[in-house]
Amino acid sequence: MPHPIAGRNISGGIPALSRRTMLRGLMGAAGLAAAAPVLAACSSSGGGSGSSGGTDTGTVTFGSNGSDAQPKSAYAATMAAFTKANSDKVKINTVDHDTFQNTISTYLQGTPDDVFTWFAGYRMQFFAAQGLAHPIDDVWAKIGANFSDATKALSKGNDGHYYFVPIYNYPWGVFYRKSVFQAKNYEVPTTWDDFMTLAGKMKSDGLVPFSWGYGQGDSWTPLGTFDYLNMRINGYQFHMDLMHGKQSWTDKKVTDVFTHYSQLVPYFQEGAAGRKWQDAAQALISKQTGMFTLGLFVAQQFTNPADLDDLDFFAYPSINPTYGQESVEAPTDGFMISHKAKNVAGATKLMEFLGSAAAEDAYLAIDNANVAINSQADTSKYNTLQKKAVDFISKAKNLSQFGDRDSDPGFVSNVVEPAIAKWLDNPSSTTSTQSTIESQKSQYFQS
Amino acid sequence: MTPTTLDVPATRRGGRKPSRRVRRLSRRDKLVLALMVGIPTLAHVVFVWVPTVASLLLSFTSWNGIGVNIHWVGLKNYTSLFTNFPAFWPALSHNFIWLGFFLVIPTPFGMFLAYQLNKQIRFTRFYQTAIFLPMVISLAVVGFIWEIIYNPDTGLLNSLFGTNKPGSYIDWLGNPHLNLWAVLIAASWRHAAYIMVLYLAGLKGMDPALAEAASIDGANEWQTFIRVIFPAMKPINIIIAVVTIIESLRAFDLVYVMGGNNGAKPGLELLSLLITNSIVGESPRIGFGSAIAVVLLVISLVVIIPYLVQTFRKERVR
Repeated sequence: MPHPIAGRNISGGIPALSRRTMLRGLMGAAGLAAAAPVLAACSSSGGGSGSSGGTDTGTVTFGSNGSDAQPKSAYAATMAAFTKANSDKVKINTVDHDTFQNTISTYLQGTPDDVFTWFAGYRMQFFAAQGLAHPIDDVWAKIGANFSDATKALSKGNDGHYYFVPIYNYPWGVFYRKSVFQAKNYEVPTTWDDFMTLAGKMKSDGLVPFSWGYGQGDSWTPLGTFDYLNMRINGYQFHMDLMHGKQSWTDKKVTDVFTHYSQLVPYFQEGAAGRKWQDAAQALISKQTGMFTLGLFVAQQFTNPADLDDLDFFAYPSINPTYGQESVEAPTDGFMISHKAKNVAGATKLMEFLGSAAAEDAYLAIDNANVAINSQADTSKYNTLQKKAVDFISKAKNLSQFGDRDSDPGFVSNVVEPAIAKWLDNPSSTTSTQSTIESQKSQYFQS
Repeated sequence: MTPTTLDVPATRRGGRKPSRRVRRLSRRDKLVLALMVGIPTLAHVVFVWVPTVASLLLSFTSWNGIGVNIHWVGLKNYTSLFTNFPAFWPALSHNFIWLGFFLVIPTPFGMFLAYQLNKQIRFTRFYQTAIFLPMVISLAVVGFIWEIIYNPDTGLLNSLFGTNKPGSYIDWLGNPHLNLWAVLIAASWRHAAYIMVLYLAGLKGMDPALAEAASIDGANEWQTFIRVIFPAMKPINIIIAVVTIIESLRAFDLVYVMGGNNGAKPGLELLSLLITNSIVGESPRIGFGSAIAVVLLVISLVVIIPYLVQTFRKERVR
């Protein structure tokens, strides 16, 4: 299973072992994989009602994956704000975060809620292309002015229609402590050479240059570095094509990425294959390490306000001047309408509201580890880090989502992540790593 | 075959008398019988045979779980499984390592513990409870406990050995040459407890006169155990062997917790995990996952069929 949201809802600890996931796992193990067709058969009989529901029945159902405390109350507040402004009621069905992702295809084929939480980019486009989502061009006709072009591109399916309304995102960058940089007179690097020099300096100063951990379920974390290196060296378009299975992994351009990656390896924190990102973040907090390439959610670990004030980040340094630092990795979460929505009129109204600044403000007043996408949203209450993040994202020319969001999640978690984990153990195996990934690619991308 | 068993078909073929006897079953009896046989049979067919056969059929197809767009692909899943899936062969060998390790370390150790605890030593109740405790905890929790022990920075082991500083790290769960053994130790902690209880129950039911007679005949303790107790415990030994094999083949939860739930962790691949990773998720490959499940099924059958054949043969002899 891919980590759907790049690690941010790990705080619960156990959701990975939710009962349903476990049961399905055991079912599979016992050779009972066949339960799935039964589910699919149930769902196909209930189909056909997709385009109906022209009239507003007064209640909109909302399927939420926000099972952690913060997102849960944030969604509740957002829906309360909608109910206040409209006559419609919203019925929220919250499902455990990981279970929601793992059962999404049976959920959408069964009796889905009218509106449901989902992720922008390839993962949205996949389900839109399967005909499981309802196009919402009418919604975007009203809310479009509040969003950047990069965001609009993330909300469209392959057929050019809109299917998605975003609510928040968060950037990936290189995080560091200002006080450490000040004390040692380090400067924020903007080029690869500066970056390597800085890492070398840190090492000679007795500091581990990079926090690093991809243990247990966190094998997605090395993808962040991979994504940035690929976008810096080969550009956004090549990265997207590679992730969508349209470029070869054995390409010399990918070799380049691994070559740069291998230059970083000696500067990584040791014992990383068994360490969770949370523990790697602790090393940054305790000033044992100098930098950490991760998402803004690293801030959740900085529970002491003084430490949080000291936390800052910089854009991944530029490598190929053609592409500079134009692309930012900013995973985006939001909403879609299911193809079987019973109350399309109400759902459309809700989507319009969710695309408004008021909705984002209501949500982010509670969940403050993310930043608003809507350009009209109120940023006055943001902390310095959030303000910087908003600015950082709005200046980006291209927004990538994340390795496991920009590609087939099964391909990434079953092929790319194990291959990179193996490669990190032995960075001289670049050629075989590339061919391993390439040879399995066709099993996931059928054109 | 004994004459008595031959009797039955002969008389049934014979005349009306026996068939009338069958008719003496009232309608109600018949209904009860039909229900008592029918419901378990139906449940067995629906929950065991239908899924097994469906899984077998699906393993020759390609299906992403959306709609009924199932395509027949012949042996393609199997060829890509055997030739183009780097996690498969390690997973297979890890399953067998697991089995071998269980048979050699925790199972005999559990038996040893049971044997010692069966002697009237002081505090035996306390020891029994303490050793059995891991068995009461779910495997997922066992995983969390050992995760804390193996944590590279703050874990018990690395703190104890001082191997949590740069240059000296032991990456118990990360190092692909080490992590399987680390997990096996955690699994053994629990498995030994299981075996101990099973064996202890057997020992308690055994006539102490057997061991006494052996010692009067001058056998030392080891000889008594090997020559007298162990053979006398044959039924329990078979149960223990079967339990150990099943536990090894279905190994899943512990690795799922300690190794992570996405993808295969180098060094910790297991067939059960590969099945789950292929079938559960947003872009499932149900056909491919079924093919792995069929491989696991075949392995299980190879192990279980000889056992069943032996058991049934014995019953017939009796």
